[in-house]
Amino acid sequence: MQRTPPDLPSNDKRWKLVNATMRRNGYAGHALIESLHAVQDAFGFLDEEAMTFVAGSLDLPLSKVYGVATFYHLFMLKPQGRHSCVVCTGTACYIKGAGALIEGIQERFGAAPGETTEDKSLSVLTARCVGACGLAPAVVLDGHVIGKLGTEQLCERIEREIAE
Amino acid sequence: MNLDDLEELAAKYRAESKEPDTEIRVCMAASCQSSGAGPVLEALSAACADTPPGQCAVKGVGCMGLCSAGPLVAVAAPAAPLDEAIIYRDVTAADAPDILASITPGAAPVERLRIPSDMPFFARQHRIVLENSGIVDPDSFRGYVMVGGYAGMVRALSEMTPQDVINEVTTSGLRGRGGGGYPTGLKWSTVAKMPPGQKYVICNADEGDPGAFMDRAVLESDPHRVLEGMAIAAYAIGANKGYVYVRAEYPLAVERLKTAIRKAKRTGFLGNHICETQFNFDIEIRLGAGAFVCGEETALMASIEGGRGQPRPRPPYPAEYGLWGCPTLINNVESYANIPPIISNGGQWFAGIGTEKSKGTKVFALAGTIVNTGLIEVDMGTHLRDIIFEIGGGIPDGKAFKAVQTGGPSGGCVPEEHLDIPVDYDSLKTLGTMMGSGGMIVMDESSNMVDVARFFMEFCMDESCGKCIPCRAGTQQMHGLLDKIAKAQASRADLELLEELCEVVQATSLCGLGQTAPNPVLSTLRYFRHEYEEKLG
Repeated sequence: MQRTPPDLPSNDKRWKLVNATMRRNGYAGHALIESLHAVQDAFGFLDEEAMTFVAGSLDLPLSKVYGVATFYHLFMLKPQGRHSCVVCTGTACYIKGAGALIEGIQERFGAAPGETTEDKSLSVLTARCVGACGLAPAVVLDGHVIGKLGTEQLCERIEREIAE
Repeated sequence: MNLDDLEELAAKYRAESKEPDTEIRVCMAASCQSSGAGPVLEALSAACADTPPGQCAVKGVGCMGLCSAGPLVAVAAPAAPLDEAIIYRDVTAADAPDILASITPGAAPVERLRIPSDMPFFARQHRIVLENSGIVDPDSFRGYVMVGGYAGMVRALSEMTPQDVINEVTTSGLRGRGGGGYPTGLKWSTVAKMPPGQKYVICNADEGDPGAFMDRAVLESDPHRVLEGMAIAAYAIGANKGYVYVRAEYPLAVERLKTAIRKAKRTGFLGNHICETQFNFDIEIRLGAGAFVCGEETALMASIEGGRGQPRPRPPYPAEYGLWGCPTLINNVESYANIPPIISNGGQWFAGIGTEKSKGTKVFALAGTIVNTGLIEVDMGTHLRDIIFEIGGGIPDGKAFKAVQTGGPSGGCVPEEHLDIPVDYDSLKTLGTMMGSGGMIVMDESSNMVDVARFFMEFCMDESCGKCIPCRAGTQQMHGLLDKIAKAQASRADLELLEELCEVVQATSLCGLGQTAPNPVLSTLRYFRHEYEEKLG
């Protein structure tokens, strides 16, 4: 029997993007990770509504979707700030002082790795090597890799981004 | 299509592209882009538009290797190798007019930006995997064909049987470049011997080792090379479907790979009836989502199938029971990138490079406290000291060398007194470390080795998938003990317990992540035991 995928959760156009990804993969269960990437690209994070929708569309138990979403570091279950600052904590960056950057950011903005500032302006994250070891310590600020910055310069840079 | 047809096609592309006398190549790999290569490319293109037609052309290329001096710009004759180019460092948009002025006949190179052509960093390398990196435009299918690309695949399809291809790879002595060092030819023939039916080829591009960026550079600089290697593998083992499992942390690599696949399909170099033969092969990209354990082959397959990336016991190996239960060949990016030249030049040629048991070259990512950070490719058997002090330029700021860490969280540290060993799979093992995928992180005297061990243990603890207890609980306990030692709150009994735990976790964990997690501790204990002892109460 042909299974009909569930209706889109709302009129929000972003659901169509998510749905297009799932349709392109024939609503196959093995496209779960691609589908969650599509949700996160569109909405910035995964909430229960989105996971329920993906589970229904791919005919998977919600527990499996939740299991996968929490297994992988890249998937966010909470809304993120307007700006994101990912500090690389790979070996080269560690040697070149990534720890000091994290402390400095926490001191200035009051957000530890994994947290978002209260005014939702900045999310601080860490990554296990972004592969920019030549620029260590590397930071990915709103998708752009920047490197070789000290704590002071980095914090100023972040403040400029937030102010814009 | 045979090799003559391919050469004809390349000649046609060359004629149509109206090759200039000189080309200006701007590195557009991730590292140089971050240092501002984009505006440099724009400024050079604008300046170039004012020159007489046919004199010069500007193009974006992949990684030239010396990331710490980026943005890099090379001036050379079309398709000339890197060692025949004039290379400029730390270029800014304001330098564009000077660089353009230098290419007019009779003018001299811009000395203030120029990297000396005999700089060991470039002169001591032997580029096979990276031969097109920094020379071809990674987004150009034609560019790849013009430098002889796809000749390996066309040769395999038109002149060789699948068994011939496997024999050639076996003769070459190529061993897996992902770290394990398993003979590639043996792996291929195991999958080929499985009964006919659905088989898969997977490219492991989940380069999770912190401090390693070789695969990213290959994918960003020469993506067609990897596709060609995969297609040859698929022909040899009888597969019609391939996956590239690539980290989502490498958006530029993913983008370039997508472009390469699309263009190869459109020109009939991938898809159905490749090059007018009966051979069909299609490649799909699968994105990782930030889990180090997915570099383990069974976890990687679980992730492609859409589940949590948790490993399962082997045997059965993927060669027998892989993706969706079908025989599956998994190799890493650099292994596939070695295949096309092996098929084109013959296995004997490749076997003539390197040491007795480790053939060919190896790409390393040099990082940490070293003058020249970046990507290098050297013959197997090159001495560690040469790599660090000659090619790498030694330690900056007058500090003393302390150790070099290889093999990522599964590897170990090599101290000064052992630097005179040749780099190959077996020599590194005798020192208690491993080749790994090729990350080499240099540490100077200011690094404390207990902290380094704790750093790696924290990594393994975070990345443990939680399936087996030795790894899940063991890494946690080891991290706790290391933390205690680092804070000088530990007793001798704690150190003994740590050593015992290392043995248990090594012997009883399910997959490579857990089995090798104690290595950084064991290796720092072996060479820097005094640093632990100093901290005991």
